[in-house]
Amino acid sequence: MDLLASADHDVKILAGGQSLVPMLNLRLVRPAVLIDLNGVPGLGRIAPSADNGLTIGALVRHAALADSVAVIERAPLLAEAARHVGHPAIRHRGTLGGSLAHADPAAELPAALVALGAEFVLHGPRGPRTIQASEFFRGLMTTALAPDEILVEIHVPPESPGWGFAEVVRRAGDFALAGVVALVGWAPESSGRCESARLVGFGVGDRPVRFAAAEEILTSAGGDPSAAVAQAASAAAEACDPPDDVHASAEYRRHLAAVLTEDAVSQALTRLDGARPP
Amino acid sequence: MIAPAERLSIRLTVNGRVIEREVAARRSLADFLREDLGLTGTHVGCEHGVCGACTVLVDGESARSCLLFAVQLDGATVTTIEGLTPPEGLSPLQQAFCAAHAMQCGFCTPGMIVATTELLLTNPAPSPREIREALGGHLCMCTGYVNIVKAVAQAAAALRGSTGETS
Repeated sequence: MDLLASADHDVKILAGGQSLVPMLNLRLVRPAVLIDLNGVPGLGRIAPSADNGLTIGALVRHAALADSVAVIERAPLLAEAARHVGHPAIRHRGTLGGSLAHADPAAELPAALVALGAEFVLHGPRGPRTIQASEFFRGLMTTALAPDEILVEIHVPPESPGWGFAEVVRRAGDFALAGVVALVGWAPESSGRCESARLVGFGVGDRPVRFAAAEEILTSAGGDPSAAVAQAASAAAEACDPPDDVHASAEYRRHLAAVLTEDAVSQALTRLDGARPP
Repeated sequence: MIAPAERLSIRLTVNGRVIEREVAARRSLADFLREDLGLTGTHVGCEHGVCGACTVLVDGESARSCLLFAVQLDGATVTTIEGLTPPEGLSPLQQAFCAAHAMQCGFCTPGMIVATTELLLTNPAPSPREIREALGGHLCMCTGYVNIVKAVAQAAAALRGSTGETS
């Protein structure tokens, strides 16, 4: 931490190296000093927390996240998102904390954690602090991390059984042209209606994009939210400000956001139905 | 405070051999394997983690050697294409690549063999789709993908036959 805070060094933190090292090799970043976190004990743990959620160390690799029984049971959306990160060789090395700190707007894990309402624990010379996932992402590859802070831990609250994940990629493992994660739930005392919804898009803005208007449409739909899915999908598309580049036009990405919202929400409602108490 | 080091001593196992070297902290594993150890079977293509040609096994798991620093491998076990090649002849996977015309120019082949060796260890009967997914991070500039997928399926069948498995 002292080395990171020292003003006389241009320092970068190295975790899995699947984003930073390409940038080093292309000379896009040229730090004087790299601090390799891989030797720091305790950052690679996945632990069930007392509230039925999870505490996940920043150095947990994507492959471990995707295969962890605790994650599959307690946060299946997160395990599914991890399975879609990169190719096998990338998932063996790349880390959860690294993906979050890198903050690529087309990445799966930041969107999943914003939807899940996760909290990130940051350590720095002024002591630890906790920040909401939705507050952490500030823009294109920009986060709330100060230059002398590191991300050490992620707290994931218990997940609703109603989850969905949908993305469009040209080739398995590529960054998504667009993707949507969905969580729907009921209030325990309710009659089983869809009482809560969280929809987050990725690849459709400069950070994970929450589709608040679409969520509102689903939760105010009354007894049959499935009738409101198409309307929610249009609202989701309107909330996007997608990039227009060689891979896809902004218009196409906005179209995908609507289609993928329908897909993710339908998956989530089906799973929620399956888990409904008798 | 620990001062940043420019050179470090490492001890690792490469293809079953214990190696002790002092290396520059900035040396990539790919350069260490090729230039310091003379293991030139690991090919360096894009050097930024896109093409997959430099893939090796680190503690049994595929990893891109251009995205690792050699100093990070202290205490690790690394297997390269040389380590996956029998002392005499070729492995069943290598034979299948030759037989199915999956070699083409051969530049991407070491990475493809490393990745599919890993695939067949965990999934002895992969579907064509699973083979394609496992090779998603590997580029063949000759675009000979069809024969590569065929070769992996043939090798899987041959390996299942030789171990007496039926599924």
